Amino acid sequence: MNQYAQPHSIAEALTFRAQGNWTVLAGGTDFYPTRADRPIQENVLDISRIQSLKSIEEHTDHFRIGALVTWSQIIHAKLPPYFDALKQAAREVGGVQIQNSGTLVGNICNASPAADGVPVLLALAARVEVHSHAIPAAQIELYSWIISPKKTQISQDALVTALIIPKLYFSATSAFLKTGARAYLLISTVMVAAVLEHKFGRITQARVAVGACSPVAKRLTSLEEKLIGRDFDAAICDQILGTDFAVLTPIGDVRATAAYRLAVARTLTHRALQRCVRASP
Amino acid sequence: MILLTVNGVRQALDVRPSQRLADVLRDNLNLTGTKIGCNAGDCGACTVQIDGRAVCACITAIGQAQGCNVRTIEGLAQTPLGAALQQAFQQIGAAQCGICTPGMLMAAYDLLVRTAHPNRLEISDALGGVLCRCTGYQKIIEAVEHCAHGGGIIHSGPGYIGERLPKTDGARKTNGTECFGADGIPENARWLRLIRSPHHHAQFVVGDLPAFAAAHGITAILTASDVPSNGYGIYPTIKDQPVFAVGEVKFRGEAVCALVGERERVEAIDPQALPITWTVLPPLMGLNEAERAKQCVHRSKPNNILIDGSVVKAANRLTSNEIEPAAGVALRVKTKFVEHAYIEPEAGWAQRVGDRLEIHVTTQTPYMDRDEVAVVMRMQPTDIRIVPTACGGGFGGKLDMSVQPALAVAAWLLPDRPVACVYSRTESMASTTKRHPADITFSLSADVTGKLLHCETHAKFDTGAYASWGPTVATRVPIHASGPYFVPSVRARGTAYFTHCHPAGAFRGFGVPQGAIAHEAAMDALADQLQIDRLEFRYRNAIRVGDTTATGQVLQDSAGLDQCLDALRSRWETWHAESKAFNAGSLHKKRGVGIGCMWYGIGNTSLSNPSSMRIVADAQGITLYSGAVDIGQGSNTILIQIAADTLKIRSERIRLISGDTDFTLDAGKTSASRQTYVSGKAVELAASNLRYKLLRAAGWPEADDNVAVFSLRADSSPAVLDILSANTARALELTTAIEGFGRFDPPTTPQDINGQGDPYACYAFAAQIAMVEVDTELGTTKVMRITAAHDVGRAINPTQVEGQVQGGILQGLGLALMEEYIPGRTENLHDYLIPTIGDMPAMEVLLIESPTALGPSGAKGVGEPGLIPTAPAILGAIENATGVRMLEIPVLPHRLVEAVKALK
Repeated sequence: MNQYAQPHSIAEALTFRAQGNWTVLAGGTDFYPTRADRPIQENVLDISRIQSLKSIEEHTDHFRIGALVTWSQIIHAKLPPYFDALKQAAREVGGVQIQNSGTLVGNICNASPAADGVPVLLALAARVEVHSHAIPAAQIELYSWIISPKKTQISQDALVTALIIPKLYFSATSAFLKTGARAYLLISTVMVAAVLEHKFGRITQARVAVGACSPVAKRLTSLEEKLIGRDFDAAICDQILGTDFAVLTPIGDVRATAAYRLAVARTLTHRALQRCVRASP
Repeated sequence: MILLTVNGVRQALDVRPSQRLADVLRDNLNLTGTKIGCNAGDCGACTVQIDGRAVCACITAIGQAQGCNVRTIEGLAQTPLGAALQQAFQQIGAAQCGICTPGMLMAAYDLLVRTAHPNRLEISDALGGVLCRCTGYQKIIEAVEHCAHGGGIIHSGPGYIGERLPKTDGARKTNGTECFGADGIPENARWLRLIRSPHHHAQFVVGDLPAFAAAHGITAILTASDVPSNGYGIYPTIKDQPVFAVGEVKFRGEAVCALVGERERVEAIDPQALPITWTVLPPLMGLNEAERAKQCVHRSKPNNILIDGSVVKAANRLTSNEIEPAAGVALRVKTKFVEHAYIEPEAGWAQRVGDRLEIHVTTQTPYMDRDEVAVVMRMQPTDIRIVPTACGGGFGGKLDMSVQPALAVAAWLLPDRPVACVYSRTESMASTTKRHPADITFSLSADVTGKLLHCETHAKFDTGAYASWGPTVATRVPIHASGPYFVPSVRARGTAYFTHCHPAGAFRGFGVPQGAIAHEAAMDALADQLQIDRLEFRYRNAIRVGDTTATGQVLQDSAGLDQCLDALRSRWETWHAESKAFNAGSLHKKRGVGIGCMWYGIGNTSLSNPSSMRIVADAQGITLYSGAVDIGQGSNTILIQIAADTLKIRSERIRLISGDTDFTLDAGKTSASRQTYVSGKAVELAASNLRYKLLRAAGWPEADDNVAVFSLRADSSPAVLDILSANTARALELTTAIEGFGRFDPPTTPQDINGQGDPYACYAFAAQIAMVEVDTELGTTKVMRITAAHDVGRAINPTQVEGQVQGGILQGLGLALMEEYIPGRTENLHDYLIPTIGDMPAMEVLLIESPTALGPSGAKGVGEPGLIPTAPAILGAIENATGVRMLEIPVLPHRLVEAVKALK
């Protein structure tokens, strides 16, 4: 029979993780569906009672999103406009039930190529805060943390405790666009997230990420480089070139063809940048 | 020990903390109102509140609910708002089958607690996580709005024909007490789990199963050798599907054996651990392979042909050139497997009672189940009792047996305890029937005045590994192939091919929806060639009373297509103008308007399909014993209304015993849109028979028969019937039972060698128009509005009829835009997409009443007609918006983008 532990602190949780055979349970929205047809047989480490993981905190130069922060919390949190993309992604993750249970950190730990949170968090330059007995509170860039589908840098003895989002200039804007064949409960065919920081009419930081078009969501760095320093207006869309999408390696599957994904990635990138510009106060 | 509060009651539960909350609520607390539709958070049927937040109980650990307050559907009425919401669902008709209703109510309650007056988008966002397959969501939205605006009772009439009587079984569906297939399983039941093929086609050898069973504490492992007659199928002469495969599996998901024992033990078994050795063989997947291959799925069926049938009308005209066509079109339509996706997976339980078997099961057809189980068990049908549970959606998928035969075998061999089987979502999708994929070549011509001349078509169907309803589809389609139009000469052929896919069977419309995509595409093309408006072209060619159909049948009394089209004309013109205006100012988003028409023969094709009904007045009161099962479409309400109206007694005074084969008479299957028309007529006859007998028993003057009104005296035992008119009064004490009997079998004739004959006694007609908005860059299609005009003969209950049409539209929309079942790849509700609340357009249903002579008060059927015109209307609208006629469905975004690109 399996064991079930409900630690109340990170330290307590790490003691279990150090044993190496405990699967972390947070919102359950990935844990249970992947075991839909069979009883739970592994040891379950339910971290949902660790209060320190439940909040969104604002610090001097960053926001800290605790590992138990749900999509619903993001939707209802008071956050600057560059979090609008994350809020939009949150609204499109499953239904209200999933938004209430599912956590952002769970989404990046599950590391599905179609994870809704990953492109936005990449565009927000998120870092992953990981605790283990050996290394307390290490921070790793999200883009290097996810290695391949369903595989991250997490080790058996560690626990992800938060996402760290660096602050941007207050007027920075963002957009998230996702497409597929139905309105709700949709696993994306393609999604694009963009975050643009601008000061005095010039773009100072630009990050654009595409999901579901490669094993791990990718940032379009060549496009980002072209955008930095340009005037913050709709003309930035003229910078988008086919070669910017060369980093993508979409596949054809039941949802769409590879060619479609590539074309739509470009369309959505165009629209996301336009939306960022329009969203500016 | 887990401590929590459920619906205000403190509970201490000895369960494992990692167990799913949904399982604990259902199995440990017997709160079966929380439904499990997918066990993966995809459908929302299990929505409950934990500390005031809506979650899916199927993906929540009970350990996480420790110390929390949980509210389930059973506790909803504890709050005034919850009770008001339940009443609103009942009054507006928001529940059909009722399986999603608890989840829908909980999600709606969660919304209204926070937002007292939500707008449509807020309602949509709040309910977007709950899937409904029946209603099309519109009445659900209206119910939430009704509640938000104060709610209250809308209907108070006697419940006669034409009234919007709320469902007679609606209270159970809204308070969580309705008992579906998995809800009433006795606590001491053994569990039965089917082990299925992971391969499309393979040979297999089983090792020492008894040793495996002994080693794992399993009571028994059943195989083919345990089955008295190991073959079943819906046709009396085709019993080609084994209960358990023998040495060879013909589709992925086919059952090879069954584990029976204690539930925990049976569920813990990894199927791969069983001693079964597979030799994988190349499968025939799809029509192309089946048609060309030398390999045969069944040795007895050369060329893999199950059936090949034709309808040929006025063949002499086909070769003569007496009229030169002014316009002609030839096209080819291709469709995919479509899954019924009812939210209730198959489930039931059985027990042996002496030398009889009793099976409680979710089904559309208790009598056919009884007869099929009797064949499998080599028993007399009268020794089998089928007790239908509530059915959480059927749409044709619960016409074939699922859990029944294995349960029968197990219950017979292990008589000491009942035995239960509940399919998982994956199992349900992998093993049960689908809509037939079709490959239809179609040509149609017209003369210079726009009159149709000749239709020629061949529809090929992938019928999967076993016959199921393949012959029904292949015969129904040619009859309907030329559409609801008068066509002087027709040559229509239907062929069904075996493949190594799951059996394709009955699915709302029996192939006619696929056929309609072809004839409506051709009608649009011809109208365009002749430069006649698409609606007007259909109006000119609409089949009318006195015209002959493709089978040479002269339509006698009712053909309301022209009236349906007239009803749509003004909207058609306005919508076109609106969409043109929009397109002038839009670069990538384009709107378009389309139309689809259909006709549908009600009841079985050229076969006797009688219903018999009895209504008894006795000491308990008045009881309708109905063998017709209500799978959500509303027959429990409609049949009562017919009985009430005929007897002239308030509907709530008639009790209903439904479906139990020990107490009712055979009322046929809930399929082919036949229950209102066929069983309704039988009820009308039975009620009329009873009324006559009661009046005579009461000594009522025969001259006053027409004006007598009945009422049952309250609280009298034995029951006392008061009979009143303006000038007469009688009382009748019902000490001895008086029974009214009715039987109706629609008059049809067999089809001859050319398919000529009168296959149906009644046809329903419909036309729908749709407005869509296409994002031409993304290929996404948003259906914005649909108006559906349906000739239903007579709407016995307009709310139920609208609900059927709206639900049909949902399934038609899914067929057109998103539903594609790929064996082995889309066996869940997140890879297989069905429309959510956000995908549905604003729907308007116009009821056209062109009564048919034989139907009860002129009523026809409406169950399938709602679906059939929708996909053609949407496809026409997409063409109007983009210039592209999509002939391959579903129109997934990437397919539309490719087609739009190819056009440029």
